[in-house]
Amino acid sequence: MISAAETRKNAPLWVRLLVPKDAPLYQRHEAIAGWLMAFPALLVLTIFLVIPFLMAFVMSFTNQRLVSPNPTEWVGMRNFERLLTVRVFTLEPERDESGAVVWDDDGGIAYPRLRTFTRKNPDYPELSGLREFVSWQSGENRTVILAADVVFLRALINTLLFAGVIAPLQGGLALLLALLLNQALPFINVFRAIYFAPVVVSMVVVSLLWRFIYDGENGLLNTLLGIATLGSFQPVDWLGNPYTAMPAMIAMSAWQAVGFHMVIWLSGLQTIPTSLYEAASLDGAGAWQKFRYVTWPGLRNTAVLILIVISIQAMGLFVQVDVMTRGGPLDATQSVVYQAVQRGYDKQDIAEGSAISVVLFVVVLAITIVNRYLTRDRD
Amino acid sequence: MATMTWETRHKLIISLRYALLILISAIFIFPIVFMVVSSLKPDLQLLRDSGSLRAFLPVGDISLNNYAFAFERVPVIQFAFNSVFTTVVAVLASILLNSMAAFSFAFLRWRGKKLMLTLIIATFIVPFEVIAIPLLLVVNSLPWIGPDGFEIGWLNSYHVQIIPFIADSLGIFLFYQYFRDLPDELVEAARIDGASIWQTFTRIVMPISGPILATVAILKFLLMWNAYIWPLMTVRTEELRPIMVGLQYFFQRYTYWGEIMAYLTLVTIPVLIFYLALQRAFIQSIATSGIKG
Repeated sequence: MISAAETRKNAPLWVRLLVPKDAPLYQRHEAIAGWLMAFPALLVLTIFLVIPFLMAFVMSFTNQRLVSPNPTEWVGMRNFERLLTVRVFTLEPERDESGAVVWDDDGGIAYPRLRTFTRKNPDYPELSGLREFVSWQSGENRTVILAADVVFLRALINTLLFAGVIAPLQGGLALLLALLLNQALPFINVFRAIYFAPVVVSMVVVSLLWRFIYDGENGLLNTLLGIATLGSFQPVDWLGNPYTAMPAMIAMSAWQAVGFHMVIWLSGLQTIPTSLYEAASLDGAGAWQKFRYVTWPGLRNTAVLILIVISIQAMGLFVQVDVMTRGGPLDATQSVVYQAVQRGYDKQDIAEGSAISVVLFVVVLAITIVNRYLTRDRD
Repeated sequence: MATMTWETRHKLIISLRYALLILISAIFIFPIVFMVVSSLKPDLQLLRDSGSLRAFLPVGDISLNNYAFAFERVPVIQFAFNSVFTTVVAVLASILLNSMAAFSFAFLRWRGKKLMLTLIIATFIVPFEVIAIPLLLVVNSLPWIGPDGFEIGWLNSYHVQIIPFIADSLGIFLFYQYFRDLPDELVEAARIDGASIWQTFTRIVMPISGPILATVAILKFLLMWNAYIWPLMTVRTEELRPIMVGLQYFFQRYTYWGEIMAYLTLVTIPVLIFYLALQRAFIQSIATSGIKG
C-alpha cells in the first residue's frame, strides 16, 4: 500500500499547495472546491480592505498627493512628527536691569513673545515652527504647551474625550434601560422596540434633525427647557458655543445608539440563571443587593465588551461633526476622522490623511489589546 | 402606608415602572414625531410652533407642500431608485459570497484555511474610516469593462458603490459561526447520499440557515441604505447618487427646515417600516453583530 506521504511527493505542486498535509490526496477535489468557494470573498476583501489598509501604512511614510507634478518621495516619520510633536516650554518673565519682574499695562506679568522662540531662533531649534496649544500661569513663570499641529492635537484630544465620556455614559444608560426592560410584563417588547428605533435611523438624518433641536433661536431643546423652568431658562446656542457643542454632540450620539447596547446588556442579563435570584431572595437580599451580588458579577464580560465596542465606534466620530458643526466652533468639535477626510480628501493630501488614519488605527488597536487583556481567561 | 398590603404595593411598583417606561419612550419618540409633524408645516409656522408643545402636533396649516418642494429640489425618484438598486444588489451578492466562503471554512478541508480565517477575524478591528482614503485610490485605478468598453477608474458608477461591500469579514464570520454549530451528520449524510459539494451547500445547508441569512441581510441593508461618506467621495454624477447624499442639496445659504424635515422623513420611513415589520429580526441581528468579539 502506498502511504499518503509518498503519493504527496509525486503529486503536482498545485495539489500539494491546496490539499492539507494530513489529508489523503483523493480529497483534492474537496480542497479545490474549498478554495474556489472562498475565493470570491477573499478576493474582494483583499482588494478593498487589505490592500487599502497596507497602502495607508505605506503612504503615511511618503509625501503622496492625489495630483502632484512632483514624484512621490519617502519622507520617513515626517508626517507623524508633524502631527504628534508636542513640547512643554516655560516662559520666564521679562526682567529689568535690577532683576525685578516687569509688569505690563494691564497689571499682569510681562513675558517675551512666544514668537521670538519659535521663529528662527538658533538657540531653540526644537521649538521652530511650533504653535501655542494651551498655556497657564505657574508662579512667576508661564508654562506653555506647544504643538506642531494644534488642530490635529485638538482633534485627537476631542476624540479621546468623546470616547472616554460616551463609553461609560451610554453604557450606563443602556444598562439602566436594560434593567427596566428585563421583566416579563405586558407590552415590554413595545418599549424595547421604541428605545431601539433610533439605532436604525441613519446618523446623517439624526444629526440634521438634532441640528434643529439644538438651534439657538428656534431650537426645540431651548423651548422645552423654557417650559420646564417656567421661562427662566436663558436660550443657549448649543452647537455654536464652544463649551456646549461637544456635550451636545455626546448627548445626541448617546440618544441614537443607546438602544443598541441596551439589547446587548439584555442578552447578557438573560444568561444569568433565575435560580441565583431565587436563592438571593431566600437569603433576604433586597433589590440593590441582588444587583450588586448577582446581576453585576454575571455581567462583567458584557460590561467590558460594551465599553470597548462603544469606544471603538466613538473613535470613528465623523458624520455628526460633518453635518452639525464642521469641527467648530473654535475647533471645539474637531475629530480625528474629520481631519483625516479634510486633509486626505478635501485638500487631497493623501499622505497626511493616511498618517492620521494610521494614528487612529493604533489607538483602536490599543483599545482592542486592553480588551483582550481584561477579558482573558484567568484559569 | 404601613397598612398597605403586599398586593397594592406590588401594583404601585408596577404602575411606577410603566410610568417611567412611558416617560423614557417620549425621549426616543418625540424627535421622530417632531420630524414627521414638521414636514407637514410651512416654515413660518414650523419656527413659530417650535416655541411651544405645538411642535409635536400636526395642527395649523398642514399640507404636503414641503414634499412637493423637496421633489423639485432633489431628483427623489432617481435617488431612491439608485439606493434601492445598490442596496438590493449588495445584499444579494453579500449573502452569496459570504455564505459560500463560510461554508468552505466550516465544512471543507483545504490548506491555508486556518490562516485565512484568522486573517479575516483580524480585519474586524480595521474601521472603515482608516481605509477610506486609500480605498479611493484603489477604486480610481481599477479597470472596468462596461457598455463604453474598457476603462480605468471606477468613480461615478454603480459598481463603485456596490462591489467593495459585497464581502465582509463580519458576514463571513456570522455565517461561519452558524454553520459550525450545525450537526456534522447533516453534511456527512449528504456526502454519503452522493450529493456534490455545491448541492450540499445550496440544497442542504442554505435552506436551514434562514435566521443568519436574515441577520446578514439586515446589517447589509442598513449599511447600504444609510451609506453617506463613500458615495459622497466617489459619485459626482447626479444620476447615480444614492438617497442619503440628497441631503447635501438642502445645505444652502438659507435653510428650509420644512423641506429638510420632509426629505428626512422620506429617507427614514422605508427603514422604519422595515424595522417595525421585522422588529425581532432587526434587534436580534444588531445584537449578534455587537457580540462578535
